[in-house]
Amino acid sequence: MRYLDEVLSLELNHERCVGCGMCAVVCPHRVFAVEAGKAVLRAREQCMECGACMRNCPTGAIFVEAGEGCLRAVINELLGIDGPCC
Amino acid sequence: MKPLVTLPMARPAPEDAGRFCLPSVEQSFVIGSISSPVGPVPLVGGRLGWQDRLGHWRVRWNIGRDRFRIEPGLYGMGRPDRESPVVVTANYKLSFDRVRQALTGRNVWILVLETRGINVWCAAGKGTFGTGELLDRIEASRLDRVVSHRRLLVPQLGATGVAAHEVRKYSGFHVVYGPVSAEDLPRFLDSGWQATAEMRTKRFPFFERLVLVPVELMQGLQKGIVLAGIFLLVGGLAGQGSFLNAALELGGIPALAVLTGVAAGTVLTPLLLPWLPGRAFSIKGLFAGLIPGFFQGTWLAATGQPPLRLLSSFLITLALGSWFGMAFTGASTYTSPNGVRREMLRAIPWQWGALLFGVGLWLWSLF
Repeated sequence: MRYLDEVLSLELNHERCVGCGMCAVVCPHRVFAVEAGKAVLRAREQCMECGACMRNCPTGAIFVEAGEGCLRAVINELLGIDGPCC
Repeated sequence: MKPLVTLPMARPAPEDAGRFCLPSVEQSFVIGSISSPVGPVPLVGGRLGWQDRLGHWRVRWNIGRDRFRIEPGLYGMGRPDRESPVVVTANYKLSFDRVRQALTGRNVWILVLETRGINVWCAAGKGTFGTGELLDRIEASRLDRVVSHRRLLVPQLGATGVAAHEVRKYSGFHVVYGPVSAEDLPRFLDSGWQATAEMRTKRFPFFERLVLVPVELMQGLQKGIVLAGIFLLVGGLAGQGSFLNAALELGGIPALAVLTGVAAGTVLTPLLLPWLPGRAFSIKGLFAGLIPGFFQGTWLAATGQPPLRLLSSFLITLALGSWFGMAFTGASTYTSPNGVRREMLRAIPWQWGALLFGVGLWLWSLF
């Protein structure tokens, strides 16, 4: 199953990557693979922006606009409310 | 391969965090206690009792879901010793029960984080299942005195909130990410803490979607019943003759359309998810609404209702099907926040437009 992938924010900085492979371990959708000592995006379109890769990247080579994806969170954000999510 | 020396570093923490604290043994699922170097640790078994199962059934129906929690801290299973693995989980009781069920017959420690009764993945997204809470809980449980190793088995979905390298830096504990699903824990432990690619992947099969349906339905009905009630009230006031008859005759049609729309979005959308057209859940919900909406229209036409009311109820059903289908992104396992925002900005004007137009047609049909 595939979701709207044209607005995904995931970015991988190849220069900073040290090839530790943590991103490939934590990603629940197998977005990353490690090839020749560097992480590569093998299935970027599967990203759900959970942010696990960014959180566990020791060199800050990954950026993703992570956040809660539920309706309430987005409505609160659009209305500028700092309310509870789910 | 263990590092020779790992020096824990100082970390800014709240005043009271990390104060020594073990969970109470006075909890329904605790079957005894284990003596440990830091005191009596509550002992739990892997078999679930009827109270546990009743609790699971209740939260699956959205009853008391935010109160279904246990005391955070260290628990033991079997006869854990200084070498036994430490499995980390959340204090949502459903999560905790799944973990102990999977670990039946093993000697392990379970370190429960305070996530305010939220499951691991959602809590990790909020940051409550996170590096800070994990470090505090390690310290509060005096884990370094309970076990001689320095290894923690953290669920993979917790990685959204936990940074393994920071946990290592501040506590000396080495985080190993376990499988996505608790039921794979035995296989993971038996294969030398190795996860297959399949264990690392989150899927969304039919059964997993099915168990989510009651909560979605209950949440949808909370709003749907209010709307349906308004239709009945307005219908009852607008009609001639007895209030009850008029309410059912005039208000009954849009009220039914509301409930059909709620069912389309909260039942059909989750169940038929992979087969409904479109990627956006609002589109999937729209298509889910077409099926019952069509039958509803045919039935109304057969009972001789005017076309205006047919169209009105069709629009109401589609609008709500699309809305509640879109709401299911919150429970899905593969939708991204940016995608949801994009979809909402596009769909909300149509959903509200269709709903208001449908209500307008119905009001018009009354006069």
